[in-house]
Amino acid sequence: MVSHVKRNVAISRFWWVLCIASLVGALLVLLSLFGFVFVRGIAAIRPDIFVTVTQGIAGGLANAIAGTMLLVTLAVVLVVPVGIGAAIWVTQFAPDRLRIVVRLSIDVLFGVPSIVVGYFLYVALVETAGWGFSLVAGSLALAIIMLPYVYRAADLAFSAVPRDLVEASVALGARPLTTFLRVAFPWALPGTLTGLLIGVGIALGETAPLIYTAGWSNYMPTLAPTHSPVGYLTYVVWTFINEPFKESHQLAYAAAFLLMIGIFVTNFVARAAVEYWASRTRSHA
Amino acid sequence: MASLTPTVGGSRARRAAVPFSQSPASGTLAGVLTSIAAGICLLLVVLMLLFLLWYTWPAIRYNGLSILSDITWNIGNQYGTGSSIHNGVAAEPGAEFGGLVFLVGTLLSALLAMVFAVPLALGVALTIVYRLPERLRLPTNALIELMAGIPSVVYGLWGTIVLVPWVGNHVAPFVTHHFGFIPFLGGDAGSGNGLFAAAIVLAIMVMPIMVATVRDVLLAQPKSIYEASMALGSTSWQAVTHAVLPSVRTGIVGAILVAFGRALGETMAVLMVAGNAINILPQNIFSPINTIAAVVVSQLESAVSDASGVAQRSLAELALVLFVISLAVNTIARVAIRGQDRSH
Repeated sequence: MVSHVKRNVAISRFWWVLCIASLVGALLVLLSLFGFVFVRGIAAIRPDIFVTVTQGIAGGLANAIAGTMLLVTLAVVLVVPVGIGAAIWVTQFAPDRLRIVVRLSIDVLFGVPSIVVGYFLYVALVETAGWGFSLVAGSLALAIIMLPYVYRAADLAFSAVPRDLVEASVALGARPLTTFLRVAFPWALPGTLTGLLIGVGIALGETAPLIYTAGWSNYMPTLAPTHSPVGYLTYVVWTFINEPFKESHQLAYAAAFLLMIGIFVTNFVARAAVEYWASRTRSHA
Repeated sequence: MASLTPTVGGSRARRAAVPFSQSPASGTLAGVLTSIAAGICLLLVVLMLLFLLWYTWPAIRYNGLSILSDITWNIGNQYGTGSSIHNGVAAEPGAEFGGLVFLVGTLLSALLAMVFAVPLALGVALTIVYRLPERLRLPTNALIELMAGIPSVVYGLWGTIVLVPWVGNHVAPFVTHHFGFIPFLGGDAGSGNGLFAAAIVLAIMVMPIMVATVRDVLLAQPKSIYEASMALGSTSWQAVTHAVLPSVRTGIVGAILVAFGRALGETMAVLMVAGNAINILPQNIFSPINTIAAVVVSQLESAVSDASGVAQRSLAELALVLFVISLAVNTIARVAIRGQDRSH
């Protein structure tokens, strides 16, 4: 009997050791990734890459940095009215049945591979509509990929507005629009912004949907909406690492490093917003 | 303004925050504008599917079933005379658009990734929930979240420079030499680029999502299940495997399927480490492969040069196949997760 218990305890201990080892393993992989990107990236960063454009496989990253910022900024401009507007409609106006349908279609959009979005826009806009590789096509691709993240966060945030606050506002005689703008909207804003920032983090790191929509350019991006390709950082990581030259490898590492920094900063701000939001919700309750 | 009195207890009272519903008229403009936004969300997926279907139609007729069953991808002789006609659709002479290699590569790499990722993710999630001291939980969760945010192309970069040489120089020669008698493990050790490297990178990439979902499913489960089992004298491992895990089975299946769906559609990291195989099926676990997502990127430039346009449309057909597979996997996953939600 006692040996039986001892055996069970030993078995339990054995499996838990394996479980803990898998966590340690995962963290080691993460360490390897970070170490790799940060050590090589920091070594590859020179001040002049921020002011020079790529020349073939060398030069700087100014065009890619500006292009990434421009593509993501326009994507945010495109996704905010649609994603947040749809969430407002679903939480404030929609009949039950339609609410379910919109939420379902967003769920479906979550599962669409980004390359499918990219190829769809390539065929529809770059080819069929004749826009060529362009800023708008690239930003639209990013906006579609961000949409489910932005929508879902906004939907959750507007659904979580406490009912008693809304009722208090209405009871005080506020008009519906005033109640929405002064009570519901401020309450839902941090959660919505968090979703938007998570979307920005995703968009910063996307490559596949941009290759055949934004194209690639060695020059600084123009503000032309169509017929003008745009460079971006992820393209540099993907292509320059396969060139046989040290200079191009350096640029790929520098680009990867800058991407990681950008994504970490947006994710950190997003997390901080969640904390802020949570603490405010607690103080209300 | 009497109509603005909140209706308590009525059907509207169940909705959380609905200032407009009490007075629909004053919200008309806002309602119209936001309903347009909702309409765009709703139509986007339908539009994508229909447009791809319309664009692909000639390729569907030209290829028939061979898009799924044929291993040869050949845009045909661009300088030859005449054309190859199937079902009334003309392509360049000798053109064949078989996607079997890419379909097999997509499924195999995602499945093998699951073989690596599922036990690891379960181990990590169980450790976080049952073994980690409270003060270590938050930073661990933050690190896992950080891992989920790393872009695909950075995983690809790490895969190219760190993982692939390691697989090519150490893992593959060792495994083929010592375990070559096991089917699919023997034969050519290759260069490191291939199915194995792709599956490892995919496993690492999908693990954070799987860990987060399984962790949340475990945390949502009442603690009493675990505690009751412990009180009956089982070890903590028995409590987990005999009491907790069976009660969250569907949730875990859902988490695995969501991760599987991600792995199927992953592009850049796979493109960078999978070896870009064409016209050949993998011979062993280290063989170069290609996936649908990767081939859409790597073959488009050549497809554009096809004067008949069927090559581009065939790539769109492959994208459509991937779309449909992802849709199916995600639907099953959602049903599974919803089933889990309902059970508690």
